[in-house]
Amino acid sequence: MSFLELKDLRIHFPTDDGLVKSVDGLSFTLERGRTLGIVGESGSGKSVTSLGILGLHKGGRARISGEIWLDGEELVGASQEHVRTLRGKKMAMIFQDPLSAMHPFYTVGDQIIEAYRIHNDVSKKVARKHAIDMLGRVGIPQPARRVDSYPHEFSGGMRQRAMIAMALSCDPELLIADEPTTALDVTVQAQILDLMRDLQRDFDAALIVITHDLGVVAELSDDILVMYGGKCVEYGTSDDIFERPEHPYTWGLLGSMPRLDREPTERLMPIKGSPPSLINVPSGCAFHPRCAFEERTAGLAKVEVPELRETEGGHLVRCHLPAERRRAIWRNEIKPNLEAS
Amino acid sequence: MLRRRLGMAATGAVLALAVAACGGGSGSSTPSSSGGAAAGGSDSKSEFNAAMTGVVNPSDKKGGILKFANGGDWDSLDPGDTYYGYSWNFIRLYGRSLLMFKSAVGKEGNQLAPDLAEDLGKPSDDAKTWTYKIKKGVKFEDGTPVTSKDVKYAVERSFDKEVFPDGYTYFNDFLAWPKDYKGAYKSKDVNTDSAIETPDDYTIVFHLKQPLSNFDYFAQLPATIPVPKDKDTGAKYKEHIIATGPYKFEKNEIGKGFTLVRNDQWDPATDPNRKALPDGYEVSTNVNADDIDNRIIAGDLDIDVAGIGVQSAALGRVLSDPAMKANADNPTSTRLWYTSINGNVPPFDNIDCRKAVQYAVDKVALQTAWGGEFSGGQIATSMLPPAIPGHEDFNLYPPGADNKGDVNKAKEALTACGQPNGFETNISYRAERPKEKAAAEALQQSLGRVGIKLTLKPFPQADYFALYAGKPGYAKDNKIGLAMNGWQSDWPDGFGFLQQITDSRVIRETGGSSNISVRDPEVDKLVDKAMLETDTDARNAIWTQIDKKVMEDAFVLPNVWTKTLLVRSKNATNIFVNEAYGMYDYLGMGVK
Amino acid sequence: MVTYIIRRLIWAVVMLSIVSIITFAIFFLVPRLAGATSESLAARYVGRTASAEQVKVAAEKLGFNDPLIVQYGRFAKGIVAGADYDYGPGVEHCPAPCFGYSFLTRLPVWPDLLDRLPVTMSLAFGAAVIWVIAGVATGVLSALRRGSLFDRAAMGVALAGVSLPIFFTGIVSLVVFSYGHPFRITAPGGSFTPIEENPAMWAYNLILPWITLAFLYAAGYARLTRAGMLETMNEEYIRTARAKGLNERVVVVKHGLRGALTPILTIFGLDLGLLLGGAVLTESTYSLPGMGKYAIDAITNQDLPKVMGVTLVAAFFVVFANLIVDLLYAVVDPRVRLG
Repeated sequence: MSFLELKDLRIHFPTDDGLVKSVDGLSFTLERGRTLGIVGESGSGKSVTSLGILGLHKGGRARISGEIWLDGEELVGASQEHVRTLRGKKMAMIFQDPLSAMHPFYTVGDQIIEAYRIHNDVSKKVARKHAIDMLGRVGIPQPARRVDSYPHEFSGGMRQRAMIAMALSCDPELLIADEPTTALDVTVQAQILDLMRDLQRDFDAALIVITHDLGVVAELSDDILVMYGGKCVEYGTSDDIFERPEHPYTWGLLGSMPRLDREPTERLMPIKGSPPSLINVPSGCAFHPRCAFEERTAGLAKVEVPELRETEGGHLVRCHLPAERRRAIWRNEIKPNLEAS
Repeated sequence: MLRRRLGMAATGAVLALAVAACGGGSGSSTPSSSGGAAAGGSDSKSEFNAAMTGVVNPSDKKGGILKFANGGDWDSLDPGDTYYGYSWNFIRLYGRSLLMFKSAVGKEGNQLAPDLAEDLGKPSDDAKTWTYKIKKGVKFEDGTPVTSKDVKYAVERSFDKEVFPDGYTYFNDFLAWPKDYKGAYKSKDVNTDSAIETPDDYTIVFHLKQPLSNFDYFAQLPATIPVPKDKDTGAKYKEHIIATGPYKFEKNEIGKGFTLVRNDQWDPATDPNRKALPDGYEVSTNVNADDIDNRIIAGDLDIDVAGIGVQSAALGRVLSDPAMKANADNPTSTRLWYTSINGNVPPFDNIDCRKAVQYAVDKVALQTAWGGEFSGGQIATSMLPPAIPGHEDFNLYPPGADNKGDVNKAKEALTACGQPNGFETNISYRAERPKEKAAAEALQQSLGRVGIKLTLKPFPQADYFALYAGKPGYAKDNKIGLAMNGWQSDWPDGFGFLQQITDSRVIRETGGSSNISVRDPEVDKLVDKAMLETDTDARNAIWTQIDKKVMEDAFVLPNVWTKTLLVRSKNATNIFVNEAYGMYDYLGMGVK
Repeated sequence: MVTYIIRRLIWAVVMLSIVSIITFAIFFLVPRLAGATSESLAARYVGRTASAEQVKVAAEKLGFNDPLIVQYGRFAKGIVAGADYDYGPGVEHCPAPCFGYSFLTRLPVWPDLLDRLPVTMSLAFGAAVIWVIAGVATGVLSALRRGSLFDRAAMGVALAGVSLPIFFTGIVSLVVFSYGHPFRITAPGGSFTPIEENPAMWAYNLILPWITLAFLYAAGYARLTRAGMLETMNEEYIRTARAKGLNERVVVVKHGLRGALTPILTIFGLDLGLLLGGAVLTESTYSLPGMGKYAIDAITNQDLPKVMGVTLVAAFFVVFANLIVDLLYAVVDPRVRLG
C-alpha cells in the first residue's frame, strides 16, 4: 500500500446558497520521498484538499466522505483527537503567507518550541535548542539570536524559512506546502524552493506542493495533479504534464505560466472566463464553458461528465476529446504557439 | 435554632401579657420617666402612632448593638459645635450636660431634668444670675472627676465661632463676657468670672447681660457638656471626644461613621435618667437615604438618626401597607411653615386686608403643597406648634368648614378694607425650595378666587433674609406683601420659638431678620414680661397670649406644622417619641 | 523607553495642573458669576443661625476674600509644600501633599482620601476580576458557538447589562438579596471592612456591589471579546496552530484569545483607571464610603477642598492608567514601539 492514498475524497460545505462541492471525488497516491504538485486556480479545491488531509475540516461544517489512508491508517473515519495527534508529528503544513500564518505576539522560537513540545515530551530548554537547530538548518543566520525575534522582525524569506523550520520540527513524514512561495519575491522564491528540495531529500518525507504556479511545481515535483472545479482533470509525471499535456485546462495553465526566460513585458495567454461556481457546477465537463475545443466534442462536453482515463503509463486525463485528437491539438496548435511567444 | 426562637417568642408573649395586665391595673398609661420601661404601664401593641403616647416593646433587657445610620453627616460630634436636634438627642449617650430633656414619652419628654447638675438652676431675683450645683462622682472616660471648671471651659471654648462655626451663639450673646472676649483659645488668660464663676469644683454660676427666665434651657445645651482642657484639640476634638455619658467612642471615622461602646467610668448611681441598655452603637454616616429606609423596614437597621422621616419612596410603601403602617409613627415637629403678611406693604397696612388673606386661603391645598398629611404637616391655625408648652388650640379665621377657604368672609374683609375687588401684590419664596414654590402657587390660586392677584418672586435662599424678603426697605419698595417663611425652635419653649419671629425689635433695616412682618409694641412688651417670669407655667401662659395677639393682628398666615413619618426598628425595645426632639428618643432604646 | 516614560510623567503633571485649575475655576467662578459674595458663600459652612459677624469671620478664615489666583496659589502651595492650619488650641502643619482642610468639617482632606481609597480599590479590583473573567469567558464561548442558543442568550443578557443603570440593578439586587434576606449583608449600609481586618467580612460586604458593577462592565467585555474572538479565530495563525496539532483549548486560549486581548486590555486599563477615581453610582447606591461617594458628598456640600482632592486623585488615576495601558500595549503586542 502507498504511503498516502486518497480514494474518492469528497469535501462538501452546506451553505445558505447551496452545497459547495469543493472537492468532489479526488483520488491519488503518494510515496515517501516523492513530491506531488497540485495545481489549479484559486477555488479549484487544492487547499481544501490539503486541509482535509490534515483533518482540519473535522468538527466544522464540512461533509467529508471517501478515504484517506496515511501509512496504513484511515483518517476520514478516525477520531478528531487521534488525527490531532498526527498533525504536526506525522504530517505538517507550510502555509502561504508566513506573516499572517505565524502568531504576531509570540517569538518565532516560542512557536517552534510549542510545535515541538506538543509531540515531544522534553523540557523547554531542550526544545529551544532544537528550535535553534532547526532555524540553522533552514538557513537562518545567527539562529541562537534570531530565535527570540518576533515574526514581524524577519524578512519575508526568513519568515518562510522559519515556517518551514516549524513544520519540520517534529520530523513529519508528510509535508504539505500550500503556495509556499507566492508571497515572496522572485529571487527569494528560488532560494526557498531549493531549500525545500534539499530538506525533502534529507528528511525523506512525502511532499505535496500546492500552487497555482506551474513554475513552482516544475522545480520540485515528481508528479503533478491538475485540479479544476474540485476534480482532478489531469495527473501525470512532471514530464507528462510539461511535455505531453493532454487537457485543454493544463494547456491554458502552461500558456499563462510566467517564465524566468521570458521578458516580463510579454503578454501571457490567460485562460478566458472565470473559475466555475462550485454550487452550480456547469453541466457535463465543468471546464466546457471556458474550453476552446468544446465544440470538437460534438456537444458531449455539455451533457456528460468525462471520466478520468489513463492515456498511457499512469498519465490520467479527464476529457471527452479522444486521446489522438488531444495530442494532435497539443502538437499542432498549442505547443508552437507557446514556443513562439 | 428554630426551637430556641420559638421559646423566646413564647416567653416574650408571656411577659407582654404580664406587663399588659400590670399596666391595665395601674390606670396610668404614661411611664414616669427615664425610658419608662420599668413602669411598664404602656402599650406594646403595634399600632400607627403607638410610640407617640406609649412605649412600644418595653423591656429592661441589656445587651445588643443598636445600628444607626445618617443620610448625611453630623455637623459635628463636638458638643461645642453641634446644632441639630437629632445630634442633641443622640449626644446624651456620650455626654452629660448640666440639664437634659427627660428620656420620656410625649409631653414629659419636654421637661428638663438635672443631669450633671444636682437640680435645676437657681435664679437670682432678677433672673440674671443662675447657679448650678454639680454632682460629685461623675467622671470622664479616663477616670478624671468632672468639675465645674470643665463645664466652664467647655462653654468658653464654644465661644470661638472661627473654630466652631456650626454651633449656636446663645452663650456668646447672653452671658456677660469681658469686653473683646474671643473664646478660650484666643483669649487664654482673660478672666471670665464676669460671665461664668466657679466658686468651687462643684458650683458653677452664670451671669447674664439681661434677665432670662428660661436659662435652664441654655443649661441643657450640649455646650455645657464638660470638656477636659488638656484633652481639647479644638477643631479636631470631634475625632477624639472624652465621654461622660454611659458610652464612649471606640472608633470614629468622620464622614463614614463611628461606634460607641460602654464607658466603664460612667456610674449609674449618679444618673437616674439613663438606662444604658445596649452594649453599644454602630453608626454609619453619609448613607444613601433610600437604602436607610429599606434597611429599617427590613429590620437590618434600627434608626435613621436624622429623625426627619422616610423618603417619598418609602412613604408610599409604608402608608399603603397596614402592617407597615402599624409599625410607624407620625409625630408633629416644632417646625412651622408660614407666610408672613407684611404690614408695611399696602394695602396690608390695613388689618382687614390681612384678614382677607386669612379667610381666603385654601389650607388643604397648602397642606398638599407642603407634602400632604403625613410628610407635609398638620394644618396650623396658630403659631406655637402643639409640642411646645403654651400651645393652645384656637382658630381665629376658620377658612370654611372644609378648610378650603371662606370666600364670603374674605370678600367681606376686602370690602371692609376698601378693596372689594381685590388687589395685586407679590409673594416671595426661596428659589431652591420646590415646596415653598408649590405653597406660593397654592396661595396664588386660592387668593385669586377673591381677586387678590399674586405674582411669584423667587429669591436665592442664601440672601433671602439678608437682601430680599428680610430687608424691610427692599420688601416695601418691591411690594413683597407676602413672604414664605419657616421657623423651628431649638428647644420646646415659647422663647425659643416666638421671640425671634414676633419681637419687632429684632427687625433690622439692614436685613437679615427672620421676623418679616410682626410689628406690634404690645407683643414686644409681652416678650419682655416672659423673659422675666421664672415660673414656668406663668411664662407659658404669656407665650399663649403672644401667639393669640399675633394671630389677631393677622401678621402671620400659619400653613402647617411639619410632620414626619418614622418607622420603628424591628429589633429595638422601648421605642417612643420624645416631643422635645419630635423623633424617637435615642436614650431609652434597647435591643430585643 | 525611559525617556518615553519621563516625557509621559511630565505630561501627566501638566494634565493634572490643568484639571486642578479648571476644577478650581469652576467652583470659584460659577457661584460668583451667579452673584454670590464671599459672605454668602461662607454662610454655607457655618451654623444655621450664624450672625453676619460669624459669617464674616468664616469668610476670612476660609480665605474667600482673596482673589482667585491667590486662593488657587494657596491650594497649589499646600500640595507642593504643605500648609499650616490653626485648629484652635494650636497650629498644625499639614505636610505635603496637603489638599487643604474641608470647609465643613475643618479636617484635612488628604487623610480622608487615603482612607477612602482602599474602599474604592476593593470595589474596583474585585469587580474587575469578576467582570473580566465572566465577560471574557462569555465572549469566548459566544464566539465559539456563534448563533447558538447560548450565544443569543448571552448577548441578550449582555445588552441588558450595558443598558441597565446601576441605580436600577443595584436597588434590585438589594431588594432581592439583601433587605431582610436570611443571607443578607448584615451590616447597615455604608459598612466596609478592610481586607486586612477580616477578609471574609470584606468580601461579604462587597459581593453585591462587585456583582452589580461587574454586570455592567462584563456585558461590554463579553461583546468586545466575542467580536474580537470572531475575528482572530478566522486568522491564519489559528489554522497554523491547529496544524501543529495543538488541542483546541490551547488554540482558543493561547492563540485566539491572546490575539483578541489587546483591545480588551486597553479598555480594561482605562475602565479601571476611571473606576479608581470613584464608582460614583455604585458607591452611592450601596453607601460604600469610597472615593465616588466622597466626591458626591463633597459636591453636594460644595466642599471645595474635598472636591479638589478627589478630582485630582481621580484624574491622577486616569492619567496613570493611560500611561500603564500604553506601556502594557508594548508588552502585549510586540509590534508596538513606544516613542
